[in-house]
Amino acid sequence: MSQLLTFAWTAPNIDFHAFAPEIILAATLVIVVVVDAFTSERSRWAASSLTGIGLLVALIPVATLAYDGVDRVLFGGAFVVDTYALIFKALFLIAAYVVVLLSTNYIAEGDYWEGEYYMMLLASVLGMLVMASARDLISIFVALELLSIPAYMMAAWRKRDQRSNEAGLKYYLMGVFASAVLLYGMSLVYGITGTTLLSEIGANFSDIVSSQPIVTLGIVFVVIGFAFKVSAVPFHTWAPDTYEGAPTPVTSFLAVASKAAGFVALLTVVYVGFYGRSDVIEPLMWVLAALTMTVGNFIALRQTNVVRMLAYSGIAQAGYILAPLAVVGASAATASESLRAVVIYLAIYAAMNLGAFAVVIAVARKTRSGEISSFGGLFSYAPGLTVCMTVFLFSLAGIPPAAGWFAKLSIFGALASADTASGYVLAVLVAVNSVIAFGYYGRLMRVMWMNDAPDGDRTPIRIPASIMAALVITMAITLVWGILPGSLTHFTDQVSLFSLLR
Amino acid sequence: MKDFLNSWGLSLMIFLPLVGALIMLVVPKPREQFHKLVALATSLVVALVGVLVLTNFDYDQSGALQFVVDKSWIPIINSRYILGIDGISIPLIALTLLIVPLCIIYSWNHFPEPRNPKAFLILILILQTGMIGSFLAQDLILFFVFFEVVLLPMYFMIGVWGGEKRQYASLKFFLYTLFGSALMLVSFLALYFLSAEVMVNGEMMHTFDMRLLPEAATAISAGAALWIFGGMFLGFGIKVPMFPFHTWLPDAHTQAPTVGSVILAAVLLKLGTYGFIRIAIPILPEAATKWAPFIALLAVIGIIYGALCCLAQTDMKRLIAFSSVSHMGFTMLGIATLTTFGLQAAIFGMVAHGLITGMLFFLAGSTKERFHTLEISRLGGMLKQMPHMGWILGFSVMASLGLPGLAGFWGEFPSILAAYNPAEGLNVAFFRVMMIIAAVGTVLAAAYLLWLYQRVGFGEPKDEFANDPHVKDVSFTEWVAWTPLLVLIVVLGFFPNIIFKVTDAAVGGVTALVSGIGG
Repeated sequence: MSQLLTFAWTAPNIDFHAFAPEIILAATLVIVVVVDAFTSERSRWAASSLTGIGLLVALIPVATLAYDGVDRVLFGGAFVVDTYALIFKALFLIAAYVVVLLSTNYIAEGDYWEGEYYMMLLASVLGMLVMASARDLISIFVALELLSIPAYMMAAWRKRDQRSNEAGLKYYLMGVFASAVLLYGMSLVYGITGTTLLSEIGANFSDIVSSQPIVTLGIVFVVIGFAFKVSAVPFHTWAPDTYEGAPTPVTSFLAVASKAAGFVALLTVVYVGFYGRSDVIEPLMWVLAALTMTVGNFIALRQTNVVRMLAYSGIAQAGYILAPLAVVGASAATASESLRAVVIYLAIYAAMNLGAFAVVIAVARKTRSGEISSFGGLFSYAPGLTVCMTVFLFSLAGIPPAAGWFAKLSIFGALASADTASGYVLAVLVAVNSVIAFGYYGRLMRVMWMNDAPDGDRTPIRIPASIMAALVITMAITLVWGILPGSLTHFTDQVSLFSLLR
Repeated sequence: MKDFLNSWGLSLMIFLPLVGALIMLVVPKPREQFHKLVALATSLVVALVGVLVLTNFDYDQSGALQFVVDKSWIPIINSRYILGIDGISIPLIALTLLIVPLCIIYSWNHFPEPRNPKAFLILILILQTGMIGSFLAQDLILFFVFFEVVLLPMYFMIGVWGGEKRQYASLKFFLYTLFGSALMLVSFLALYFLSAEVMVNGEMMHTFDMRLLPEAATAISAGAALWIFGGMFLGFGIKVPMFPFHTWLPDAHTQAPTVGSVILAAVLLKLGTYGFIRIAIPILPEAATKWAPFIALLAVIGIIYGALCCLAQTDMKRLIAFSSVSHMGFTMLGIATLTTFGLQAAIFGMVAHGLITGMLFFLAGSTKERFHTLEISRLGGMLKQMPHMGWILGFSVMASLGLPGLAGFWGEFPSILAAYNPAEGLNVAFFRVMMIIAAVGTVLAAAYLLWLYQRVGFGEPKDEFANDPHVKDVSFTEWVAWTPLLVLIVVLGFFPNIIFKVTDAAVGGVTALVSGIGG
C-alpha cells in the first residue's frame, strides 16, 4: 500500500498566500469575461468597475505579504516573493488602477470593446505580477509574453484608425523580434551553464572562463532583448509611433507599467544571474544609458506632438534609469545603492508620468488634439490642470519639491558611490541631460502659461470624476514623495536581490 | 518665548509664506483686494517672526549657529532637516524679510500685464520660502531643495509677466541655473561619499550636515577636492553670476517685471555668493585656496567687463543689470581673498548691492511705467519734471558708485583693500594687480552711473513727454516701498559696524578653517 502511494501523484506544496495576488487577478479576469458576456449593452460600465475593484483587492495580499515580511521561495526557486517583488507588484497594481481610471471614459465614449479591453489589461498586469517574482529564464520569458501580447492588441485598439493599426503592428513586430533575440541569448546562457534557474546561473558564471565569447554573446543578447522592452536607444524606434498611435490611456500603460516590467526583468537578470560578469554588463549599460538619455532628449526637443514628446522623454528617462546599472560591479554597497536607485526611480517615474498623461487625456477631451500648440492658454481657462501639469513636468525635469528630484538624486548617489571615473562621467552626463530635458518640458510649460489659446476658445474643461481621481492620486504621490522622500525609502531600503546569490 | 522660537522660529519663517499662499490658492481670483491683503499680512507676519528671532539672537555668540532645529528627514541617505542661523545668515535673512513686503507694497497698484494679482503674489510668497530656506538650511540636500524651489516662481514671473522677449529670457535663466545646480548636486554627492563617516545617533554614517562636513571632508584627497569645488563653483558662480556665466542676467533683468528684477537683484544673486561662504570654502578650504586666484581673475574681469558693457547700453534697465555684474565682481573679489576682512566686505557688499540695486530697479520700473520706455536717449529732465524722483535717482546712483557715507562704499572699498593682503598661501603680487584693476573699475562705475544720471536727470524734458499727464511724481505706495531702503542706505553708510559686528565672529570661523590647512 505504502509502495503504491509513493508512485501516486502528489500535489506540490504551494503556498497560496504567496500566490494570492495573481490568483485574485486571474479570478477577476474570468469574472470580467463572464459578466461582459451576459450583460446588455447598457451595463458595459461594469467591466471597468470590476477591473478596478479587482486590482485594488489584489493589493490586499500584497500588503499582508509585506507585513508578514518572510521571503517565500516557490517552485524550486523559480518564483520568489520578497520585498523587491512586492514593491513592484504594488507598483504595477496601483499603476494599472490609475490606467483603468484614465481608460473609463475614453473607452466608453469611443465605443470600443470594453469587456475585451479590460480583460487584456488584466492579463497584461497578471504577466507583470509574475515578472516581479520570476527568477528563472523560463518564467521570465512566459511572464514577458503574457504581459506583451495583450499590450500589442491594446495598442491597436482604435481599430478604424490607421495610426493605431500602425502602432499595434510596429509594436508587435519589434516585440516579437526582441523576444526572438532574447530567447537566443537565453538558449546560449542555458547551453553554457546547464540551468535556467538564475541563482544557479549566477553561481556557475563565475567559474566559466573558457567559453568567454559565448558567455558575452548570451549576456548581450538577453540585455538587448529587454532593451527593446524598455525602449533604450538604439532599440527605441517603435516607441514614438506606437505611443502616438495607440489610445492615450494605453500609451500611459505602455510608458509606465510595461516599461517598468522590462526594467524588473533586466534588474533580476543582471543582479541574480549575470552579476559575476559585471565586466560585460558595465560597459554595455554605460553605452546604452549614455546613448538613450542623450538621443532621447535631443529628439524630444524637436517634437510638436505632446504624446510623442512624452514618448521621447520616456526614452530619456529610461537612460537615467539604466545609468546606475553601469556601476553595479564597483562594490557590493554600490550594487545595492544602484538597485535601490532604480526601484525608487521607477516608482516615482510611474507616478509623475501617469499624472502627465492624465492631464494630456483631460485636455484632449476638449481640444481633440495632441499638438503642443493646442495647450496654448491653458492657464487662462484651466488653471488647475495647468498647475498639475506644471508639477508633473517639474517632477520629470527633476526639480524639487516635486518627487522627480529625489529620483535623480538617487541616480546621482548610486553613480557617485562607485567613486570611479566612468561613474562620475556618467553622472555629469545625466546632469547635462537634465538641463537639455528642461528645454522641452519648459517649452510645454511656456505654451500653457504664456501663450494664448490657439483659437480663442476659453470654455472651461469638464474633467470626469475618474480622471480627477487619477490626478489626485498621482499628484498626492508626487508631492508627498518629493517633500518627504522618507515615505518612499521606508519601503525601498529593504530591497535586495543578493540574498539569492548565497 | 525663547523656547518657542528655539524650536519653531526658523521653521515658521520658512513655511508661513506657504501657508499664506495656500490660503490665497483657495480664494477665487476676482477678490484682488483680499489677495493683496493676505500676501502683505503674511510677509509682515514672517518679518515679525524674523524680528523676534533676530532680537532673541545672542550676538555675543554670533559665530555659532543658534535656534538650531535638527530632525530626521531622509534617513536612508542621512539627510536631515537642519536649520540654524548665525552671523553670516543674519544680514541676508534681514534683507529678504525687508525686501519681500516692500515688493508687495510696491505692486499694490502696479501689477504688470496680464495682471492676475493672485498668481503673482502666490509666486512671491513661494519665492520667499525658497530664499529664507536657502539661507537657513544647514544640510546640503535641504539647501539644494530650497535653492531649486526659488527657480520655479522666478521662471514664471519672468515668463508670464515679463517684457517682449520674456519667453527667451525666462528659459535662458532657467537653463543656466539648472545646469549649475545639477553639477552642484553631483558635487554634493561626491562630497557625501568621499568624506569620512561621522557618528550619528550611535551609528557611523556619511553625512550632508554642513556643521560636520568641514571636519569630515578632510578625508578627501586634494585632487578630488579640486573637482568637487569645481562643481560647486559652477553652481554658485552661475547664480552670482560670474563672468563668463553672466549672460543670462541682463536678459532676465531686462525682461523681468519690476518686482521680479528687484527680488532677483536683491536676494537671488546672493544665494550664489552665500553658497561660496557657507558651503564651498569652509568645507573644502584647501581646494578654495587653489581656486582663489582663478576666482579673483574672473571677478576682476567681471568688474571691468560689466562696467564697459554698461557704458555701451542704451536701455536704463539693461545698464543697471550690467552694473550688477560689475558689483558682484567686487563681492567675489572679496571672497577670493579668503581673509576675514574680505569675506566681511563681501557680505556687506551683498546687502548694500541688494538695497541699492533693488532701489535702482524700482526706479527703472517706475520710470518705465510713466514713460513707457527705458531708452536713455528718449528720457531727460527728470529733475525738472519729477523733482522727487529725480533726487531719489541721484541719491541711488551716488550710493551705487560707492560714495563714502552711503552703503555702497562699504561693499566695494574693503573688498579692494582686502585684495592687498590676501590669505596665506595666495600669491600676493597677483592679488595686488587684481586690486589695481578693480580700483579702475570703480572709476568706470562712476563714469557710467553719472553719465546715466546726466542724461536721464538733467536737461529739459523731451518734447514727447513734456506735457504728458501720465508723468507724475513719486506716488504714495512708492514712498512707502522706497523709504526703508533709502533710510537703510544712509544708516549703513554711517554705521557699517551694524553688519560688520554681526558677521565678524562667524566669518572668522570660516577663515580659521582656511588658515588651518597648513598646520
